[in-house]
Amino acid sequence: MFDYNFHWRPVMKSLPDLLEAASLTLQVAVLAMVLGIVIGLCLALARLHLKGPVYWFATAWVELARNTPALFQLFFFGFGLGAFGLHLSPYLIVLAGLTFNCAGYLAENFRGGFKAVPETQIRASRSLGMTPWQAYSRVVIPQVFRIVYHPITNQMVWAVLMSSLGMLVGFRELSGETQFFASRTFRIFEYFAVTAVIYYAIVKVILLSSRLMAARLFRY
Amino acid sequence: MEPTLKFFSGFAPNDLWFMGEAALRTLWISVLSISLGTVLGTLFGWMLYEGRRAATLTLAPVLDVFRSVPLIIQLVLFYNFAPIVGLNLDPFASGTVILTVYTAALVANVARGGIEAVGAPMRRAARSLGLSYWQDLRHVVLPIGGRAVFPSWVGVALGVMKDSALVSVLGYVELLKASQILITRTQEPFLILALAGAFYFALSYPVSRYATHLENRWAQ
Repeated sequence: MFDYNFHWRPVMKSLPDLLEAASLTLQVAVLAMVLGIVIGLCLALARLHLKGPVYWFATAWVELARNTPALFQLFFFGFGLGAFGLHLSPYLIVLAGLTFNCAGYLAENFRGGFKAVPETQIRASRSLGMTPWQAYSRVVIPQVFRIVYHPITNQMVWAVLMSSLGMLVGFRELSGETQFFASRTFRIFEYFAVTAVIYYAIVKVILLSSRLMAARLFRY
Repeated sequence: MEPTLKFFSGFAPNDLWFMGEAALRTLWISVLSISLGTVLGTLFGWMLYEGRRAATLTLAPVLDVFRSVPLIIQLVLFYNFAPIVGLNLDPFASGTVILTVYTAALVANVARGGIEAVGAPMRRAARSLGLSYWQDLRHVVLPIGGRAVFPSWVGVALGVMKDSALVSVLGYVELLKASQILITRTQEPFLILALAGAFYFALSYPVSRYATHLENRWAQ
């Protein structure tokens, strides 16, 4: 049918390197998610409760993150900041870009979650004698967590997929490493096919473990 | 030593023209693949809904792959796979094919959700009023279900528009690739990236705001 010989041997030989790069992918995605959740929470609360410059800063962040391509954001952290003499390493570029993006998307999810809990509940728990902190941590946050659990899982998957853009800024995570090997051996199709399988497996593992965790967390 | 050769030249007005052309190419590939992908995705969504077990066993896993592998890997894979089976596609054609299938994979879920949003009683009512199956789909399911999932469809469409920036890895000179070329020549990353970002933002922000507006109005 076609006169192309598939050569899988070089790919298999560099499989350990690819898997190591995959762990780097996971590492940067997890780190970006942790930072993104913290920052996203702050942004959501700022947009809900504050006025003035802080509100506008948070709004600008969220809208910029949601309305421009992730690749643009990476380029901005990569080349754009270079205009101010700030040269980040490829790792930091990807981490900053992913964090910026995840924080923006998560902030909107969190905002929706906080809005879904009626304010009367806070008043009710306050009149039961809870401190504001107790009201938040025991009444509001558990409900918000339930609402944002699935969006967080989705965002985690997106973070892994988005980290593949690191390839374009010279970061050698899974995609970058694949490109490196592919351009050394010219077995582009074989390498990227294996990488696609690895990404697929990572995503499936994330979704599965999220489902298992949900089953334990939300028993009641 | 006299500098006789100049490698870099500043940002000139006719570079705006170059960027404008590239922006049109971004628009063109996005519009093309979003429209094709929406048609295909709606068909898939209908198949997922009607096909039940057969579809969950065959179509669903295939669509799932397109959602679980980074778009950039899909693009590189397809671009390098096409010649193997004897297709010589230029970057634009490859990009359109993959973006279309990617859109279809995302829209399929949206479309299925739309069909499910129309309750069984209403469809039974439509059928018992004498509408044929296709009339029921066309005059009952499409207006009601379509309205229910319109905001998520807009989200998908905007996402694909932003992701079309990735076609630049194949060498298609869309907006972000054009900016990269200009940055290399002018060494003014900040200005050029700001322009490119402003274009994406100007396209995406009003549309997403309008979709939220519609969503709120229909929710009432």
